[in-house]
Parts: sequence; C-alpha cells; structure tokens
Amino acid sequence: MKKYFQITFVLGVFGILVFLRELKGNDMPVVSIQNANNQNPTPASNTAGATSSSSFSQSTSTAGSYKNGNYVGSVQDAFYGNIQVQVSISNGRITAVTFLQYPNDNRTSQYVNSQADPILAQEAIQAQSSQVNIVSGASASSQAFQASLADALSQAK
Amino acid sequence: MKKQATIMGMPVTVEVVGSGVTAEDIQEVFAYLHYIDKKFSTYKKDSEISQINRGEINNADYSSEMKKVLALCEETKKATDGYFDVNIKGIIDPSGIVKGYAIWQAAQILKKKGYQNFYVEIAGDIQAFGKNEDREDWKVGIQNPFNPKEIVKVLKLSSKGIATSGNYQRGKHILNPKTNLPADEIACISVIGPNVYEADRFATAAFAMGEKGIEFIGRLKGFAGYMIKNNQIAVMTSGFEEYAL
Repeated sequence: MKKYFQITFVLGVFGILVFLRELKGNDMPVVSIQNANNQNPTPASNTAGATSSSSFSQSTSTAGSYKNGNYVGSVQDAFYGNIQVQVSISNGRITAVTFLQYPNDNRTSQYVNSQADPILAQEAIQAQSSQVNIVSGASASSQAFQASLADALSQAK
Repeated sequence: MKKQATIMGMPVTVEVVGSGVTAEDIQEVFAYLHYIDKKFSTYKKDSEISQINRGEINNADYSSEMKKVLALCEETKKATDGYFDVNIKGIIDPSGIVKGYAIWQAAQILKKKGYQNFYVEIAGDIQAFGKNEDREDWKVGIQNPFNPKEIVKVLKLSSKGIATSGNYQRGKHILNPKTNLPADEIACISVIGPNVYEADRFATAAFAMGEKGIEFIGRLKGFAGYMIKNNQIAVMTSGFEEYAL
C-alpha cells in the first residue's frame, strides 16, 4: 500500500512538472529543467550530437528525442515548499525521475500513511448547542458549484 | 470586527479579534476575493477561465495565478486517485479548488498585516487562526444536512481549516468523475485539515468517493473527518474527537 502511494505521488508530481512545462509561461513557478552541471556533465556516450551543455528544454523542443544524460530541474515553488527533480535520459527516453527536493511539511505525500484500516467510530447525529462562532456546511457553496457545473456541462454538450 | 459580503455568489464572513483592526484591512480581503472571482468564475463570460474554455487564450498567456491553480488541481487529481477532477468533458472548472485556495490566500493577507486572531469563511468553509473574543479556540458548528438551522457537532479550532462537502439544499452538485453520476451515497462530509485549502480539496474528493471517503480521510495524516450518511448516522475518524466539544 505504501509503495502504491509512493508511486502515485511520484507519477503525480511528474505529471505536474510535465503540465507546468507545457504551460511555458514566464511569470510563475514553471519548471524550466536545465542541465544539472555544465562543468561536470553526465556523458551522453552513445548518442551522436548530444552535448553536455544542451539544456533539457532545448532538446525536448524537438519532440520525442531527448538527449542522454541526467538533468536537474531548477527549484520550484510548489505552494507549500520547493520541488526539484532530476530526470535521467537513456537512449532518448526518460528512464528515471528522482526528487532531489520536495516539501517535508504539509504535503500530500507526507499525509498519506500506510495505515491500512483507519479506525472509525459511529454515532447518530443529534442537535447540539448553537452557541458557535461559525458554521461549516455545504449549503451555500453548492449554489455556485452547481451553477458552474451545469454551465460547464451545457457547454460540453 | 466582523464583516460580511457576497462574493462569487457566496456569503463571505471575516472576523478579526483585537483593538487595532481596521475596516480597510478587511476590505482588502474582500477586494482580493473579487479579483479571484473575476478570474475564476465559470459563469462570468469575461472571466479568464471562461475565455480559456472558449479557446480564446493560449496556454502561454494564462495568468500566473491561473497556472498555479491549474497545477494545484492537477496535483490534487493525482493525490486523490482521480476522484478530484476539474476537467469534465473537456471543460475546465477549477471551482472545487478555488474556494479553499482563495480563503487560504485571503487569510494570508490578514496574517501579513500582523493579525493573529481571526477567521475567513466562504460558504461554510473556514480558515481559523488564534482565539475568539472569549480567548478560546474558535467554536465551529457542523450544520445538520437535513435541517440547516440545526448544528449536530460543535468543534474547537485554531490554526486549522475546515470544509464541508455535500449535495444538500441546492441539489446534487458533485459528480463522481469515474462514473459521471452524482455522488449521493452520503449527505455530507466535513474535513478538518492543517489549512482550509487542504481540507477543501480533500473534502470534495472524499465526498465523490461516497462511503469510503471517510476511510480516505482516515488515512491522511493531520486530517480528521466527520461523514453524515443519508440514514442520519455519522462516521468519524479516530482523530476527530479531539476537536469535538
């Protein structure tokens, strides 16, 4: 189970990185993955034309064929902390994505634990004192959500 | 000081405890929420999200906030095994994440101004910090899904977020993305989390999961959940009781 969540997380974050890269914007934490270390690059031994100074993003701009090597992305703000990944390319394909940094606090990955069967308790609901500061409920929010969803679905027809 | 407004078609309440609080500071929070509404409202034709859905804006030209929210949506989809999905039949609707995100960002505005005791609430989803006027943790009631005038649980919260997801009152509004059918096995689920953004997105996903949504919450560290089934039985996670009064 733990492994499953780990795999899900890795795939998830990689999905975001791919997603962010596709956005190609300049004014937000878009991942711009660059060659890790121009001074001491991982050699691209078998691929003709691969050079140590090529950036990952340049090589991927010609779709499909990546240049061999290990590439470290820049550190990116992921809302609650930083994410940095390393991508390994072999024979023109992504063979590994390693997380060099990801937030240790307040991240989904940290929330999910391996507890197989969470302990749950039951009770019949019962009216309580109404001496409260605030009320949490789903009543009003659904108004906007439902209108929005209906609109989206009508457009989708 | 407590102020209310209607923004994004929803009631918004901000209460700040303390002598130095100014109405201008609270107005700044409302102004931020209006800005978010202008960008993300799927039923405002000139909003950025509407323009995106009509194909009028290229990916490269999305605003930074839009990119951030869409990235958070994608991350949430993965984290919830696909149960949170903003992409319905090719139309992007990030509403399920925008509310929690907006409340959290609004709370940060007040934090940065030095306020320590306050809450921001939009339509039943809440971020609470510090203490209430009685110098106690904020008392938050969970609404009875079968009788909105009634409270079925009273919680004490500080530095926490709570969100409730449900179908009641206004009809069915959350779909199970895997079946495209309304998620109606349960009446509602309230989720307490480290902040309202996390609570909101996981409440939305947990609701879409139906009865097993409470188990999903039970497996999340730092979260507690209270699910009310249509037979008026509540199921809660082991950590929930510590918040109950």
